[in-house]
Amino acid sequence: MKQHKWGLILLGLAIFAIAVTFPFWYGKGKTAPPVLSLETPEIAGLADKKCVEDAVFMRANHMKMLQAWRDEAVREGKRVYTANDGRTFEKSLTGSCLQCHSNKEHFCDRCHHYVGAAPSCFDCHIVPAEVKK
Amino acid sequence: MKQSVNILLSFIAILAIALAAAAAGRADAPGWFRILPYAAFGLFLAGFVYRVIRWAKAPVPFRIPATCGQGKSLPWIKSNPLDNPAGPLGAIGRMAAEIFLFRSLFRNSQTEIVDGRPVYGSAKWLWFFGLMFHGSLLVVVLRHLRFFTEPVLPAVTGLSALDGFLEIGVPALYLSDATLLAGLAFLFLRRAVLPQVRYISLFADYFALLLIAAVAATGLLMRHFFPVDLNAVKTMAMGWATFAPVAPKDGSVILYMHLCFVFILIAWLPFSKLMHLGGIFMSPTRNMINNNRSLRHINPWNTPVKVHTYKEYEDEFRDKMKAAGLPVEKE
Repeated sequence: MKQHKWGLILLGLAIFAIAVTFPFWYGKGKTAPPVLSLETPEIAGLADKKCVEDAVFMRANHMKMLQAWRDEAVREGKRVYTANDGRTFEKSLTGSCLQCHSNKEHFCDRCHHYVGAAPSCFDCHIVPAEVKK
Repeated sequence: MKQSVNILLSFIAILAIALAAAAAGRADAPGWFRILPYAAFGLFLAGFVYRVIRWAKAPVPFRIPATCGQGKSLPWIKSNPLDNPAGPLGAIGRMAAEIFLFRSLFRNSQTEIVDGRPVYGSAKWLWFFGLMFHGSLLVVVLRHLRFFTEPVLPAVTGLSALDGFLEIGVPALYLSDATLLAGLAFLFLRRAVLPQVRYISLFADYFALLLIAAVAATGLLMRHFFPVDLNAVKTMAMGWATFAPVAPKDGSVILYMHLCFVFILIAWLPFSKLMHLGGIFMSPTRNMINNNRSLRHINPWNTPVKVHTYKEYEDEFRDKMKAAGLPVEKE
């Protein structure tokens, strides 16, 4: 009876230890942190390599901006975005963003896959590479 | 009055931790975040094992399962294998129902005095919010594996997608976050509002709830209001997992707070009431098989009692007994 009890307890502790140390033995970080590729023909051709807003803002807020653009353009018909520095852009994922960032796999997906974020942009929008094919 | 002091003290403790974390983040102490996670995790693992081993060593001389139904008896008497398990299968089923569904809490009852008479009724709210809180917490913990696995486990991505399927806002609100907060709010208000429960609530009771609430609140603030650089967060987490820790790069104050709350939570867990995480498996009244009547159980450390049998007594006093005319069994 005593042996029986300790066997079960040690088995339980072993399962617990294996489960909570999971991140230490799974995968072991095979992939390095993502490096974004900005090398598309359109960006190379730009005189001033500048996104709609500055990079720090875009990194933190691009998802909110895209959501706001969608609502304003589709529901309110306001299709022109004026950036902080006065430049104007068409509020369009395909028409504005993807013109420069035409490399979804090396731009969007690298970070999104790394942090496990699954945006729903391309549930509706077409992937640029598919246009080219 | 003392009970209100407990609430106040636990709020102050949480605030103090938040301030310390903010100070640590400001004072270029991120180097700490290369050591603290290992210290906290080490305490968690070692403390957990220590507590379980200590429980396992505690003497349980008798079969003491709580019997909540008809035990196995004569074949024509219907028995209740889940509430009074007669074999290992029943005990496993009972434990599973307890761990996953909080079955015994489902039987929670409440007594009220109506017209001078006690009236008993069922009370399911604690069971409902308790189960909701624990389930949400499990989902939240599993979702965080996206920071600790590379490539991200497909199951984790799937769980996150399911959890955020209402797509409220960007980034999407996770339903488990909402239910977690609802559960916590119920559990806290129950302690703070009901006089009977407030009377028996101690500092550690409030502190445990508020600590988890602080973790959830800072996490939600980071996700929805003060976005952090997720790439940097994941690189930091993967650094811990691969034993090549890097200090977080320009982490926000709120990230340091979140991390400090989590470190304190997991380091303190084995030494607090939150250890019911392991304790539920070690409850003799739930995990024992009720076979008191089919098997003979002898207390394994029964002290050998010195006895003097009648036979020995007669051997010792036979001559005197005969002389006194007393009857003896052996001449």
